[in-house]
Amino acid sequence: MKMNMIMATATAALLTAGAAAAETVKIGIASEPYPPFAAPDSAGNWSGWEVEIANALCEAADLECEITPTGWDGIIPSLLGEQIDVIMASMSITEDRAEKIAFTDHYYKTPAVIVAPKGSDMTPNAEGLDGKILGVQASTTHQAYAQKHFEDAASEIRVYQTQDEANQDLYSGRIDAVQADSIAMADFVNSDIGDCCEIVGNVPDDESILGKGVGAGLRKGEDELREKLNAAIAEIRENGTYDEITDKYFSTTIYSE
Amino acid sequence: MEQTLELLSLSPPGWGANLLRGLAASIQIALGAFGFGLIIGFFGAMGKLYGSPWVRDLLEVYTTVVRAVPELVLILILYFVGTDIINQIAAAMGRGPVEISGIAAGIWVLGVVQGAYATEILRGAIKAVPPGQIEAARAFGMPRGLLARRVTIPAMTAFAIPGLANLWLIATKDTALLAVVGFSELTLETRQAAQSTRAYFTFFLAAGFLYLMVTLLSGVLFGRIEKWARRGQPSHRGTS
Amino acid sequence: MIRAMLIPRRLIMLGLFAAFVLWCALALDWSWLPRYTPLALSGLWVTIWLLVVTIVLGFALAVPLGLAQAIGPWYLAAPARAFCTVIRGTPLLLQIWLLYFGLGSLFPQFPWIRESELWPYLRQAWPYAVLSLTLSYAGYEGEVMRGAFASVQKGQIEAARAFGMPRFKIFRRIWLPQAFRQALPTLGGETILQLKATPLVATITIVELYAVAARVRQDTFIIYEPLLLLALAYLVIAGLITLGFRWIEQRGPRQ
Repeated sequence: MKMNMIMATATAALLTAGAAAAETVKIGIASEPYPPFAAPDSAGNWSGWEVEIANALCEAADLECEITPTGWDGIIPSLLGEQIDVIMASMSITEDRAEKIAFTDHYYKTPAVIVAPKGSDMTPNAEGLDGKILGVQASTTHQAYAQKHFEDAASEIRVYQTQDEANQDLYSGRIDAVQADSIAMADFVNSDIGDCCEIVGNVPDDESILGKGVGAGLRKGEDELREKLNAAIAEIRENGTYDEITDKYFSTTIYSE
Repeated sequence: MEQTLELLSLSPPGWGANLLRGLAASIQIALGAFGFGLIIGFFGAMGKLYGSPWVRDLLEVYTTVVRAVPELVLILILYFVGTDIINQIAAAMGRGPVEISGIAAGIWVLGVVQGAYATEILRGAIKAVPPGQIEAARAFGMPRGLLARRVTIPAMTAFAIPGLANLWLIATKDTALLAVVGFSELTLETRQAAQSTRAYFTFFLAAGFLYLMVTLLSGVLFGRIEKWARRGQPSHRGTS
Repeated sequence: MIRAMLIPRRLIMLGLFAAFVLWCALALDWSWLPRYTPLALSGLWVTIWLLVVTIVLGFALAVPLGLAQAIGPWYLAAPARAFCTVIRGTPLLLQIWLLYFGLGSLFPQFPWIRESELWPYLRQAWPYAVLSLTLSYAGYEGEVMRGAFASVQKGQIEAARAFGMPRFKIFRRIWLPQAFRQALPTLGGETILQLKATPLVATITIVELYAVAARVRQDTFIIYEPLLLLALAYLVIAGLITLGFRWIEQRGPRQ
């Protein structure tokens, strides 16, 4: 009995310790740096294209938002468990994910590419990856794509927790190629360590896996929030805020219908 | 060398402050989990020693399962289950979903793990108290609460300290596992710093140094506590 | 053991447990299981392989570490002690990452490494997993072996010496077996701790049991089912380890 009371008190303590100010929309981003979309500086502030877009969307939709870094691996459970309210972590809209969560309209769409060391003469398809070690980030469309299309050709598909770790191993020579998003990779090959490597091209499209672009993830049934965000996406695309932010980070457009 | 110092400096663009912030979070979680684990452990030990057969069997299941399943797996299960349960309680009480801070969740999951080990350590310590001491107190008609407070707890402390010191070190090191779930503690801060600067070696070494300092300082501290707890006891019982 | 289970109270508990298992089997979603069975089996194999290899290597390393600390001259005892302190004083996860990512980030600065014979191995993830788990086990076990070596009675060694037994033979025939028996009960516990440490290497791309469960979660977004099955698998392995050590303990000569 006494034990029950202690447990109840402890639970109550947890509850009050964590009770938040109401009505703030918590935007979940991945806690693993994913430059140039989201990365922390040494002061612990997150910045990047996606963070700025998130803030712009909140402003347009008149929402009070809080950027909440969450482990990428558990980001959908965190959304369903209501630790966060919206996922804005470069998450592609796929059929599999759409069974569990709802998505807004997409706010960017870029192809998937293969990156390999310079001079490797690799082609971005199963023939080019024959007998090679390919690295992908866990829980991404790239992992799903590689495991469907390259499983037989590649000698190994190595799954990393973060994109940066995959890039690091490409740089160190532990893997022969990386499959990832074209924009993130363009940023990588322009960095000092990315100097080793080049984008060899887009992988053949497979919409059932690669999805319909990147959208914000929400719990199913929260239609009001979804409508607000959809309107906000349309609004910032219309009034130039979207392009303004994009120009700060990219030299090309990253939106296609 | 100069570059390394710059990376580790406390003010931006150095990442030293991030590591220290992570260390503070780690210690906070470790302290909370250790304390929560001690509370569970105390009642667990009491239950195992004096509880009804039902209580004893259930506690046996708890300690066996927790000590056989990897912490990483337990952390994931407890994290998801814990937040589920709390949200359901909140819903039942007519409140909206509660946000659980990373630190509170970390304390909850590691505390449950620590509780299983603490139960065993404290049970062993209580059993090591000479039964005559407790019987004497009982013979004088000392009430149970007073008996626990004045006799059992002070007498068992000395026996429990070495095990608890070990448990505390496990608590500080287990906080690193929370990095895999995305909690912002020392290991995750280190990983972020390493990835942002590519100086993997420097930052992992620096974090290792910080953890080692915590371990060594704790060793000194627990040594003192043990000496204090053993005051007035014969010294031949040594280390266990 | 079996009779202890037949008390009404335990029968009720077993019944409740069976009901829980049944509920898990029926109410939860196991449709993913057939598809992932081959992967799960290979993951199980990797976990067990890692466990066995690192324990054997780690123990082989722990013997000299313990010996150096127990009777070695200071220039051997001090480094051995420092090694054990550092290993035991820092999180294993950090050690694994330091070895894999830390060393990996240094490779490009030394181009000759990529030309060396070792490169095909250095590219793989498993050597780092084996190395870090081995060092960790050696660090913890070195401490245990130190105590075990110190506890062997001096008289026995002196007696052997009096018979003119060569030093190495004394070690092999008298000292090591006794220290081993002394350490055996702790060894069982440490082996389970080592089992519990293996999932950490999933973070450096090793596909062992835990990584398989993570993959299922990532592919299907099913959270509890793979985790429950995973916990059960570890419980069974830990149970087997306990039984195995009990069997070894009962077999050897009594002291």
